[in-house]
Amino acid sequence: MKRGAIVKRLIIALFSLPFISNGQDFLENSQISASFQSDAVYYLTDTQLGITDSTLDGKYFRIQGYTEVNYSYKNFSAGMRFEAYLPPLLGYDQEYQGLGVPYWWVKYKNKLIEVTAGNFYEQFGDGMIFRTFQDWTLGYDNSMRGLRVKLTPFSGVALTGVVGVQRNYWIPFKDNNRGIVKGVDADFYLNDMVSSLSSSKFKLSFGGSFVSDYQKGKSMEMIIPPKVYELQLPENIATYGGRINLNYSGFNFYTEYAHKINDPSAMNHYIYKDGDGWLITASYSRKNFGLTAKTKWIDNMSYKSDRSVTNNALDINYLPAITKEHTYFLAAMYPYATQPTGEVGGSAELIFSLPRKSRLGGKYGMTFAINFSQVNNIKRSKINDTTGINTPGTLGYKSSPFAVDWKDVFYQDVNIEITKKFNKKWKGIFAYYYQTYNKDVIEGHLDEYGTVYANIGVVDLTWNITNTYSLRGELQGLWTGQDKGDWLAGMLELTISPKWFFSVSDQWNLGNPVSNLRLHYYNVSAGFIYNTTRIALSYGRQREGIVCVGGVCRYVPESTGFTLTINSSF
Amino acid sequence: MKRKFPILLSLLVFALTGMTQETASENYKRVPSVDIRDLQGNPFNTSRISNDGKAIILSFWATWCKPCIKEMTAIADEYDDWVEETGVKLVAVSIDDSRSSKLVEPLVNGKGWEYEVLLDPNGDFKRAMNVGLIPQTFLIDGNGNIVWQHTSFAEGSELDLIKLVRQLNAGETIKE
Repeated sequence: MKRGAIVKRLIIALFSLPFISNGQDFLENSQISASFQSDAVYYLTDTQLGITDSTLDGKYFRIQGYTEVNYSYKNFSAGMRFEAYLPPLLGYDQEYQGLGVPYWWVKYKNKLIEVTAGNFYEQFGDGMIFRTFQDWTLGYDNSMRGLRVKLTPFSGVALTGVVGVQRNYWIPFKDNNRGIVKGVDADFYLNDMVSSLSSSKFKLSFGGSFVSDYQKGKSMEMIIPPKVYELQLPENIATYGGRINLNYSGFNFYTEYAHKINDPSAMNHYIYKDGDGWLITASYSRKNFGLTAKTKWIDNMSYKSDRSVTNNALDINYLPAITKEHTYFLAAMYPYATQPTGEVGGSAELIFSLPRKSRLGGKYGMTFAINFSQVNNIKRSKINDTTGINTPGTLGYKSSPFAVDWKDVFYQDVNIEITKKFNKKWKGIFAYYYQTYNKDVIEGHLDEYGTVYANIGVVDLTWNITNTYSLRGELQGLWTGQDKGDWLAGMLELTISPKWFFSVSDQWNLGNPVSNLRLHYYNVSAGFIYNTTRIALSYGRQREGIVCVGGVCRYVPESTGFTLTINSSF
Repeated sequence: MKRKFPILLSLLVFALTGMTQETASENYKRVPSVDIRDLQGNPFNTSRISNDGKAIILSFWATWCKPCIKEMTAIADEYDDWVEETGVKLVAVSIDDSRSSKLVEPLVNGKGWEYEVLLDPNGDFKRAMNVGLIPQTFLIDGNGNIVWQHTSFAEGSELDLIKLVRQLNAGETIKE
């Protein structure tokens, strides 16, 4: 109640500010923009998929949506987002049930300083020790509510300080239910700091950050039969990190290191080992050629502002996956998600184009993208002969940077994608993927499924019938001897530029080892687009799966129903 | 109180929104000043987006977004001719986060695109421009006014885009 009153007063004060000054001036200098999305689903029972009144919890009609509004007047700006989940769609955390304004902020910015009060999204470096962000598709929001100050005291120097608490669905901050997060970050851009280097082709920047999470609670009881232990918990969890970025012509090199002090939590079995993270990326590119190589080491790096949380919430840091993100139905069936407790991996991507009007490239050229990635478990050894790995209340295990457990493969993906325009009317994408997916580790099962090896092929053809009518077809196949067996998928989409689209698709699990589970996941949809408003209606079945954006994933259960999605912005 | 607050706030916002929408026909929106990064990861303020008084196409995209890549590829086929004819410039803002932001430059070069590319790895510019779905494309006139915007890509819609640029160059007002 008290907090609501303060918010209201603040916002009213802010919005009335411009009216106090000259009215004409206000109209010329103030700007409002807004965006809106609403997803509504009417679920149906489906005996083949096992969807009944009780699996739907009796709630057939579910709707969720948001409206976000930004306002600016000269150096001031403010914004807010209203969200409603009545109730949340299936596959979203049901904790979202409800409505309110989880996100609002006011900001002042000039050349020297930027101050934000309220909620904010911020990232230090690549985010290994601090990143707050929001993703609607994923149902993820770990925004900070508090204060952020950014300073640019000299050209080429950027300083940031943050303090606040993170969003945890609708649960208010009270009774020590999460920690207070504080952080500072500094970036130095050498070429902007030293005037003689300003036109140099060689560019160097470096940065560093420090983050601390303070959560009360000095001790915790832990029962490991037959004994009861009293764990002494650290109240301040500090992390620090540094990074370097180098560019020279087409060469780029980036590395970031992060270290976390002991942080016993539900995520790491309450062990007291320090955490480490290391990312290294190098790339070279010039016209029609690009090559990137990456490697990553993650060791006990889960970092949340409540030590008891294990779901997709209250993450202070972000551990980007180094595998490629796929979007075709079947190529995206087995996506990888970073394992915060430990993983080591590498990836490489080569993209090159045969130029237009060349002998090999033909009249319109041709592009190849070849990608490889592999992620393994890290090599862990016992701290002594009598203590098992990950025993709560101990140092857990011993490890050394980039020591790989070669036998324990989490994920591997080799893929090639060829894009070719044949003539003015026809173009196509042809892709092949070979994926190795450790289902137990990635989805958190206990030795139930083992590892899936899948061959996947995709043909995606577009036929531009006229300048406004275009027809696109996809044919995809997935072959595997594990999990649910083989799949075949097809899609046909007609677009009438720029306003209409219609599509039909089917994913058929023809190789399911259980014959009555060889089901079709069909879908028909139509959409209308008018400038920035998009309305789409679809009917069909949703296949069970995982939706991942960046390093965060969400489980999607099977369902059948009608979906209406409306987006708009101005 | 707790229940009333969001409703009250939304009403206030919608009232204000309605008010400015009426005046929007004369007062175009402009690109806000947001600190993002250039292709090499160095700081870049969005108020520096310019094209010597000529039109700019500002497009939000990502390496993992198939329709975005299709739009960029479709425009790339025509881009040389567009620049020569109209002087237009395409500024492509990638919203790839740290998982894939380092792949952007090799991809852009590998595909042979000649756009000005910027990185918005934590979506700060995306939020300031109220971009929900990508691809979202904005057309900015020579005076920095946002005169048109559109969500999603359909084959052939790049031809509508260049038509709008030609209209701008001819001094016509963009309607719709």
